[in-house]
Amino acid sequence: MLRFLAIRAFRALLTIVLVVTFAFVVLRLSGDPALLIMSVDAPPEAVEAFRRAWGLDEPLWVQYAKYFNAILHGDLGRSMRDGRDAILLVAERIPATLALTLPALAIKLGIGIPAGIYAALHRNSLADRVVMLAAVAGFTVPSFVLGLVLVLVFAVQLGWLPSGGQESWRHAILPVVTLGLGGAAVLARFTRSAMLEVLGQPYIRTACAKGVPWAAVVRNHALPNAAIPTVTIVGFMVGSLIAGAVVVESVFSWPGVGRLLVVAVANRDLAVVQSILLLVAGTMVAANFCVDLLYGALDPRLRGARAS
Amino acid sequence: MEALVRIAGLGVSFDGAAALRGIDLAVQRGEAVGLVGESGCGKSVTWLAALGLLPGRARVTGSVRLGGQELIGAPAAMLDRVRGGRIGMIFQDPASSLNPVHRIGRQIVEALRLHRGLAGAAARAEAKRLLDQVGMPDAARRLDAYPHELSGGQNQRAMIAMALAGQPELLVADEPTTALDVTIQAQILELLQAIRREAGMALVLISHDLGVVAEQCERVAVMYAGRIVEEAPAAQLFAAPAHPYTQGLLHALPPIDGPRRKLASIPGGVPEPWAMPPGCAFAPRCPHRIAACDATAPALEERAPGHSAACLLAARTVQEPAFA
Amino acid sequence: MTALPQSSSAHGAMPHPASAGGAAAPTLLVAHGLVRRYAMRRGMLGRAVALRAVDGVSLTVERGRTLGLVGESGCGKSTTGRLVLGLEPPDAGGVTFDGQPMPPLGSAAWRRLRARMQMVFQDPLGALDRRLPVGAQIAEPLAIHRIGAAAERGARVAELLRVVGLRPDHAARYPHELSGGQRQRAVLARALATEPALLVCDEPISALDVSIQAQVMNLLTELQDRFGMGMLFVSHDLRAVRQVSHRVAVMYLGRIVEEGEPDAVFREPAHPYAQALVSALPHPGALRQRIVLQGDPPNPAARPSGCAFRPRCPVAVALCAREAPALQRRPDNRMVACHLAHGEAALRKAA
Repeated sequence: MLRFLAIRAFRALLTIVLVVTFAFVVLRLSGDPALLIMSVDAPPEAVEAFRRAWGLDEPLWVQYAKYFNAILHGDLGRSMRDGRDAILLVAERIPATLALTLPALAIKLGIGIPAGIYAALHRNSLADRVVMLAAVAGFTVPSFVLGLVLVLVFAVQLGWLPSGGQESWRHAILPVVTLGLGGAAVLARFTRSAMLEVLGQPYIRTACAKGVPWAAVVRNHALPNAAIPTVTIVGFMVGSLIAGAVVVESVFSWPGVGRLLVVAVANRDLAVVQSILLLVAGTMVAANFCVDLLYGALDPRLRGARAS
Repeated sequence: MEALVRIAGLGVSFDGAAALRGIDLAVQRGEAVGLVGESGCGKSVTWLAALGLLPGRARVTGSVRLGGQELIGAPAAMLDRVRGGRIGMIFQDPASSLNPVHRIGRQIVEALRLHRGLAGAAARAEAKRLLDQVGMPDAARRLDAYPHELSGGQNQRAMIAMALAGQPELLVADEPTTALDVTIQAQILELLQAIRREAGMALVLISHDLGVVAEQCERVAVMYAGRIVEEAPAAQLFAAPAHPYTQGLLHALPPIDGPRRKLASIPGGVPEPWAMPPGCAFAPRCPHRIAACDATAPALEERAPGHSAACLLAARTVQEPAFA
Repeated sequence: MTALPQSSSAHGAMPHPASAGGAAAPTLLVAHGLVRRYAMRRGMLGRAVALRAVDGVSLTVERGRTLGLVGESGCGKSTTGRLVLGLEPPDAGGVTFDGQPMPPLGSAAWRRLRARMQMVFQDPLGALDRRLPVGAQIAEPLAIHRIGAAAERGARVAELLRVVGLRPDHAARYPHELSGGQRQRAVLARALATEPALLVCDEPISALDVSIQAQVMNLLTELQDRFGMGMLFVSHDLRAVRQVSHRVAVMYLGRIVEEGEPDAVFREPAHPYAQALVSALPHPGALRQRIVLQGDPPNPAARPSGCAFRPRCPVAVALCAREAPALQRRPDNRMVACHLAHGEAALRKAA
């Protein structure tokens, strides 16, 4: 068990390191931050001074080594825009993002999973076809299109809801719905396939032949088995709690981490971008790790002796 | 004597294609009946239909009476009581017929709770007793085992224990030993016999293996293309088969002793449900075919006491293997 | 490209194998001391454990004759079939085909040898490519081994189809459009395309209905008569093995425990396991006293000391736990790996 955990933890760390390194290199190769932060007509000496102050004149590997060293000491750098600690900048935005993504996750789970189960239990009925059609629509329509359409209908035409900003709880409704519906569609589709696969298994027939009422068959025999593949997708959704709202936050001008990321990338605000990526990678890796552990709890076949 | 289960005119069709075309079968209390036939003949479908275990798109007609109760079209609550409580069923491939995420003990206790109202420690004790009865080694520990931790033979024993939990009057065993090794098969068949003797339970043994059925059953029915084509006491069926299909099956079996000969195989293949010939379904492959065979399907008629065959020519006893 | 040989035997009773010819058939394939190990890990934390799927198997296959290999799951018969074809490299021992040692797996010589040795599998649907018509698949070996000109291959395919009992129009069909028996015939036609000297059949009829099994067994013996192939027939079905084999070997846990003439072995098995196996055979007719083995087939990763069958053997003695019996010839020309089967003399000698 210990060895299993150790390997997983090592892989997780390796993933994070690779993500951060990749971001580091790409950002620095893709444009000079100094020129972007200072205005175009700034004198060359000022630009040079800026570069020296931020260590941008040093060779790439030196910058990397310093950065890596700094991370190990808990220092994630400073924003080049306003000089504050990158970590603080990001941290103060997290609650805003979670205010969108957590309710959205609730919608995904609360609508997607029941819809998928219902569709599987009533296969080929009208309800099944409606759910499937809605699901396809839900995940083919890009989130910004859905968001803009909702804004058009509910904010512009009907005027019921505000179109952007973060002033009141009403401002959260449209972005949460945008995020939630797309994910609910994916989850409905996936849950339906998992349930159908399970319902076709011989042990379901055995349970019925034993005299177990259908509702109990679904609850006690089908759902626990269908949960196993579904957990993968849910884990992915949990992992993207921080990063999953980038587009939606931009559409709705919601001041969360996603919005910060977009702005920081445009400005080549290196420390901020890297900090956000570190956070995102960490969240995703942690979620996957939990999913792996959950598999072991849900599926007894994964514990114990296996042939290599 | 009133039969325990009486099937009359049972028909099943899937999307318009008939899988069962009129089955009449009676099982007496404590009797062992064998149902033999090749793939697609409908032997499993017969009992899945009787217990209402077919998928929704199946159309079931006819009657299955258990004691005085009609099972076809019965309300779900009543069927749930019959399944496992009065008629138990075990299936092929025990490894995939048991829920992989539940322990064996839990699956047995579920049946005990439903049909005998047992719970808690009493249920667990009874589950252990059942596992002992089916010859599971180290029964107490096996209660907490998962199906994937047990061998094929042990899983089948667990399935049998689970089926017996409700103390059914009839056990339907659908190819119970097909997926198992021959030596394990012998163990399981011996177990089924012992249980029958102890509990006075009736048994319907479904198999494609004539040898298995011959040894275990008092009466055997042979099915072909959704119909019963011959029914007789086991010894008589194998000594003097009346229907050409049964004769063909027996001669297709390689002998384990005696002279080796080229096997008399039945030419052609089983017709598809949607391309059923008019008249007798076996006629295209039958060496004794006459014009009348293609006109109407012959009814199952008694040729000798207790021995029926659905063949126009079955009155004639054919001794020589007709297939060469 | 030579035409296929015409069948010389007429319809009717096949010649009894024991009486076929007086001269000894030349040896086609010799396997000696084959061992195949697999590494298995116990649990997520455990050390690797070596599992001996095949543990010292020696056998010979003669031209025009069939060796039947019978046993239950886990005995290593399928692995032996693959080792014999050179599809897996043995961890010890070797295979000699037609006097030459088996070339290393994947080498050009090994690939050329494929034309002379072929395999027929249990699942005909899995053995055929879903996307190609069967005619194209039968012609494929001809193309791979460059047999005959491309123009002639069509005729050759038609002839092969006829030989296995299919019609020429079946060549255009896809595997899912054929029945189980027809698919297995197509697989046989493909195996015969290069006129192999050796055919290894691994459970070729288990997935088929009883009446189709009979057809395929007849076909196999007919093809052997006509083409003079040596055959290794691997199956758990004793009746089928008896039907098609000239010699039979019974395997248990990676070793051959008995070998001899099929009629003799099945009428009077010498090894206790073979006795249980034959006795377990369900049988229309009088119910005789059956030997029912207790317990489950053993785990190959946890091999018992001494004789592997000892824990389940009804007649095991103390010697059986100490010393694993070797496969030795009895005066009646039967090979048995059992201390007791060789009679009292062997026991006294070993004590």
